[in-house]
Amino acid sequence: MTDAPAISAKIEEHQPHRSLWWDVWAQFSTHRGALAGAAVFALIVLAVAIGPFLHTIDPGYLDYKAKNLGPSWVHPFGTDNLGRDMLAQVLAGGRVSMAVGFTAMSLSLLVGALVGVMAGFFRWLDGPLMRLTDLFLALPLLPLLLVIIMLFRDTLRRAFGPETGIFLLIVFVIGITSWMQTARIVRGDVLALKEREFVLAARSIGTRERRVITRHILPNVLSPVMVSATLGLANAIITESALSFLGLGFPSDFPTWGRLLFDGKDFLTLTPVRVLWPGLAISLTVLSVNFMGDGLRDALDPRIRGR
Amino acid sequence: MFRYTIRRLLFAIPTLLVISFIIFALLDLAPGDPTGNLPLTIDAKTREAIRISLGLGEPFHIRYIAWLNQFFINEPLNILEEWWGSPIGDSAGRMRIRSWSTRSPVVDLIVERTPQTLWVVGMSYVVGILIAIPIGVISAYRQYSWIDQAGTLFSMIGFSVPTFFTGLVLIVIFSVNLNWLPMIYDTTHTVTGWDSFIVQVKQIAMPVMVLALFNAAQISRFMRSSMLDNLNQDYVRTARAKGMKEHIVVMVHVLRNSLIPVVTVIALGVPQIFGGAIITEQIFRVNGLGALLIGGIEAADIPLVQTLTFIFAVLIVGFNLIADLLYGILDPRIRYD
Repeated sequence: MTDAPAISAKIEEHQPHRSLWWDVWAQFSTHRGALAGAAVFALIVLAVAIGPFLHTIDPGYLDYKAKNLGPSWVHPFGTDNLGRDMLAQVLAGGRVSMAVGFTAMSLSLLVGALVGVMAGFFRWLDGPLMRLTDLFLALPLLPLLLVIIMLFRDTLRRAFGPETGIFLLIVFVIGITSWMQTARIVRGDVLALKEREFVLAARSIGTRERRVITRHILPNVLSPVMVSATLGLANAIITESALSFLGLGFPSDFPTWGRLLFDGKDFLTLTPVRVLWPGLAISLTVLSVNFMGDGLRDALDPRIRGR
Repeated sequence: MFRYTIRRLLFAIPTLLVISFIIFALLDLAPGDPTGNLPLTIDAKTREAIRISLGLGEPFHIRYIAWLNQFFINEPLNILEEWWGSPIGDSAGRMRIRSWSTRSPVVDLIVERTPQTLWVVGMSYVVGILIAIPIGVISAYRQYSWIDQAGTLFSMIGFSVPTFFTGLVLIVIFSVNLNWLPMIYDTTHTVTGWDSFIVQVKQIAMPVMVLALFNAAQISRFMRSSMLDNLNQDYVRTARAKGMKEHIVVMVHVLRNSLIPVVTVIALGVPQIFGGAIITEQIFRVNGLGALLIGGIEAADIPLVQTLTFIFAVLIVGFNLIADLLYGILDPRIRYD
């Protein structure tokens, strides 16, 4: 009994700051790699977002007199075989790669969370939805992605124009082939949450099922979804680059990081630095996102947090 | 165990059937005409004749069943025949899946291309495992030491940096700047003596290293966490209390038990490696299965692409099964029945 006042005093001491997100941040900021990852990622996003306003050369401008140049003050990353400025292309390509990454990741999270919650919450949907997930996991994804893009490229180009059509197609195929891990994790969490007392309490006061899901289940599966988001972003950026690298992504006048690598790989002896910049951009982005995901996983895990 | 194996095998059949249907339907029902790339001077009647000669005259379900029949019955029979030496049944009249662009049987093309891929992929997997296991063991044994931190960084970089960038960087360093290794993999090269063996080692070094780094990054993580799980077990304390030498405790007792989950991860990773080889083959111009697939996709060679993609699917389902069964065989604590 003598301990009781001391404990409550201790709890009170911590009271003012304690909110979930403050705790998460506190844990996240102890992870050096995650902080560095977040900083680098913020820097890349910032560079890609405002870079084209500072470095105003048009990435598509051809200047035959200045082809295959090394780095200089006018062209900090040099120029390619058609005299286009590499820095401008890397920045413009980053915008596309990031846009594809974020949109595809959002789509895959949406599908994954939906399938996961449905399978976990409704018993009769569990079997069929999980069989579907297993089926998708057994599909050979890279060959299928290539095949789908090859087959539907022309149709979508005709319907939406060359750039929007390919963008929609790539985002759609990446999103639709990468939701399975999220769905599995979310389903597991929902299965456990469903049996908890607060859900029972919510049901017993007559809360509708839709409301139980949106109000009680979804906020609690937010942390696994956030960790999947980082993995999904990294995966989407790599997949888009891989597709473009195989020549089945965006058209060549529309730079993305993978496309720049694809175009640069034929000039390795002449201008080897050309592949360095887009490659470094992809690698740094993915690396920083993965480090962030690592830190986020630790920060959002209540068993690790606070220790 | 036996009943479990049978059940899993039976379950794999509908999975494969559904996947084969998805692949077939996707490729078959897609917009686009296989005669679309032919010159415009060909008139409509000839065009129709070409379509029929490609087997497109039949309705969809007939073609699907014919393809299944060719893939699951005719082609395995042909392979058996080659092993057997003498013809089995009506071997001349048996329909085969034919490529549209080369008109030769797809399976022959695949058999022709497989050795290159297997060499590169197999070697890279072996090298990757050989790198990964020591890294995993040491970083678990010296947890939180600098070597562990370095191992973590290595694996993080290994699976963040895409293979198509590491490959190009290696080419720039070793082929362009140092001029040590050839940039392009020559498949026609045959090993006849010591000198040609050195040439082979040189040309295979870069593709193998690229894939091996990627594999090692993933496997070393699993190895580390599996070692960490085992190092705190009671049997380790018992072994140490008996006075066994430390290296025997770690290298025999702990390592053997830690390898159980790692072996299943290795088995699960094999199909992904074939997928990764598609990109690596493209970088180093290895004309293996990946190059065959990309070539088929670019030439819109539907039967070839269907068959190859389905073989990739068979690999995934097969190795999933192998991983599950291996886990049961290696770990007596796992009981499936």
